[in-house]
Amino acid sequence: MATPVRGCRIPQRNTGGNCGQAVDEPSGSAAMTTTAALELIGLRTEFRIGGAWYPAVRDLSLRLERNETLALVGESGCGKSVTALSVMGLVQPPFGRVAAGSILLDGMELAGASEKALETIRGDRMAMIFQEPMTSLNPVMTVGDQVAESLMIHRGLSRGEALERARALFEEVKIPSPAARLREYPHQFSGGMRQRVMIAMALACEPAVLLADEPTTALDVTIQAQVLGLLADLRERHGMAVLFITHNLGVVAQIADRVAVMYAGEIVEQGPVDVIFADPRHPYTRALFAAIPRLDQAEQELSAIGGRVPPLDQMPEGCRFAPRCPLAQAGCELPQPLVALAATHAARCHVTTAAVMHA
Amino acid sequence: MTEPLLRVEGLRKHFVLKKGFPKPRTIRVRAVEDISFSIEPGQAFGLVGESGCGKSTAARALLRLIEPDAGRVLFRGEDVLTAKGQALKALRRRIQIVFQDPYSSLDPRQSIGSALTEPMRVHGIATGAEARRRAAALMEEVGLPPSALDRLPHEFSGGQRQRIGIARALTVEPELIIADEPVSALDVSVQAQVLLLLRELRQRRGLSFLFVSHDLSVVRWFCDRVAVMYLGRIVEEGPAARVLANPLHPYAQVLRDASPIPDPSRRTALPRILGEIPSAANPPPGCPFHPRCIHAMPICSQQMPAWTPAPGEKAGGVACHLVG
Repeated sequence: MATPVRGCRIPQRNTGGNCGQAVDEPSGSAAMTTTAALELIGLRTEFRIGGAWYPAVRDLSLRLERNETLALVGESGCGKSVTALSVMGLVQPPFGRVAAGSILLDGMELAGASEKALETIRGDRMAMIFQEPMTSLNPVMTVGDQVAESLMIHRGLSRGEALERARALFEEVKIPSPAARLREYPHQFSGGMRQRVMIAMALACEPAVLLADEPTTALDVTIQAQVLGLLADLRERHGMAVLFITHNLGVVAQIADRVAVMYAGEIVEQGPVDVIFADPRHPYTRALFAAIPRLDQAEQELSAIGGRVPPLDQMPEGCRFAPRCPLAQAGCELPQPLVALAATHAARCHVTTAAVMHA
Repeated sequence: MTEPLLRVEGLRKHFVLKKGFPKPRTIRVRAVEDISFSIEPGQAFGLVGESGCGKSTAARALLRLIEPDAGRVLFRGEDVLTAKGQALKALRRRIQIVFQDPYSSLDPRQSIGSALTEPMRVHGIATGAEARRRAAALMEEVGLPPSALDRLPHEFSGGQRQRIGIARALTVEPELIIADEPVSALDVSVQAQVLLLLRELRQRRGLSFLFVSHDLSVVRWFCDRVAVMYLGRIVEEGPAARVLANPLHPYAQVLRDASPIPDPSRRTALPRILGEIPSAANPPPGCPFHPRCIHAMPICSQQMPAWTPAPGEKAGGVACHLVG
């Protein structure tokens, strides 16, 4: 393996002959890796500011297996949504571009694929729940037709059949009086309801890969619990892989198998969910944990992270978190590699991984 | 027993709207049906519930930003709902509100300095250079540079705007702050910054808070007491630590169980929703929660449960047929 990042994968747990394979097996054997549901290799997505291109995501590699939920966490402006939009082929010139890297959906290259090719995949094998429910629906089309559309295009259902399926989906996401509401327009729905329409839309064709960008942030906790349950059902039924973007660490603890923490366009730490929660290594991950009030703790010291994510055109050299980091010291201005701490756990910080690096 | 800072009795607000085409129907949304609570001086009182339960309407109705239909609101013994003219103005100086959305709660064309000195002028607290000096001091108190006074709201991030909103509420030196979801629109790290600021202000200035939120963890961290609302009614009230950790009302239990805990070793099956969620336009008879309640008994659909004190607690209580 060329980069330490690609070594960070967990063995497939569902089926297959090569379960429990050692991660650093010498290369050469063709059967070494199964094809991931989604794999990103060295993704770099750039946006144009004042005539120059700046990376919002740089050198990002991750693997998402079948029947796996990977949580992508971090503050706003860390490149989480841009990563998902890049996968969907929705970052397009003249404002942005996928400048380098591979996006492999079940082994098929999507970076540079034609719009026509992408159209056959989007909404079918790969779907996305967008973050803004207020602006992501078509205002002049009934919500029922919007959900039915992808079923008619990708599954060849008649309008009647597709609407019946849409009604069942509305029931599953707990939209009250679903049959009547199918004929309504987005402006007649509240934010939380529109979010549920969007979830129904993304799940309509039972995609193999779901990119969920803050899907439950606008929802009440009881509805959030319902939606998370629904995603778990779909995963159980046909091994759906989910890239779950969120900043709610409670949700992460509930549903994720693995966690990747992003900061300023880079993955700063990734690993299995229990390791990340029990033994976070990157100072940013630790700071995130210290900033959330917890329902299960009586007296809690809350500590905020000072400052904010640096803007794209003012990225510091070396470690991008250093200006806000309590552990910043000499050496932080150098480029930081993602260092493997264990077979499945890696962090991008020379201070907290020093022991591993010198070993 | 001293007089509470704020006492709310039987507050009610219904919205009547016409809906439908071509034949409009009249719908009565019972946003706030009947709520009563009181806040002691220095206390932070949390009002939690899901969207549509009436918590924001209640917060606004007791300030008369929305005129309530019925009930009494007493601030240090003075009736807020019947106050007029100068008396109402004086009351509003003592109760201030911080809104949820820091983007729409500041006038985009008014400089921060003007937004902060205007309330001081209106209430006759300070004018001119003195008002500006006070505004600069407030900006420092909420962690912003005084140079920000000459800038406009669009130059600030969400967290900074929320700080400005807090500074604006403090300009008239209120005793009670109504905070309507003050941190829900903010990012994790910024949320912690604003929460810490609010707690510091509470300690330093001895402020009381009515803290409206849907986030149980935030309420547990910030509040002393909490009331859980469902369809326009308070279903349980008591000390925040007890109500949020060991709730008596089945709805409060559902809320607690549905709030995911950031600890993967305590992963549990999150509760699913039973049946349809009723709306405030057509609340079910009897206990409003009975259609979704796993403990529902025949009496629950017929009779509204009486308010029963929680065992071992002097104040507060629960409205459920299972208790008492």
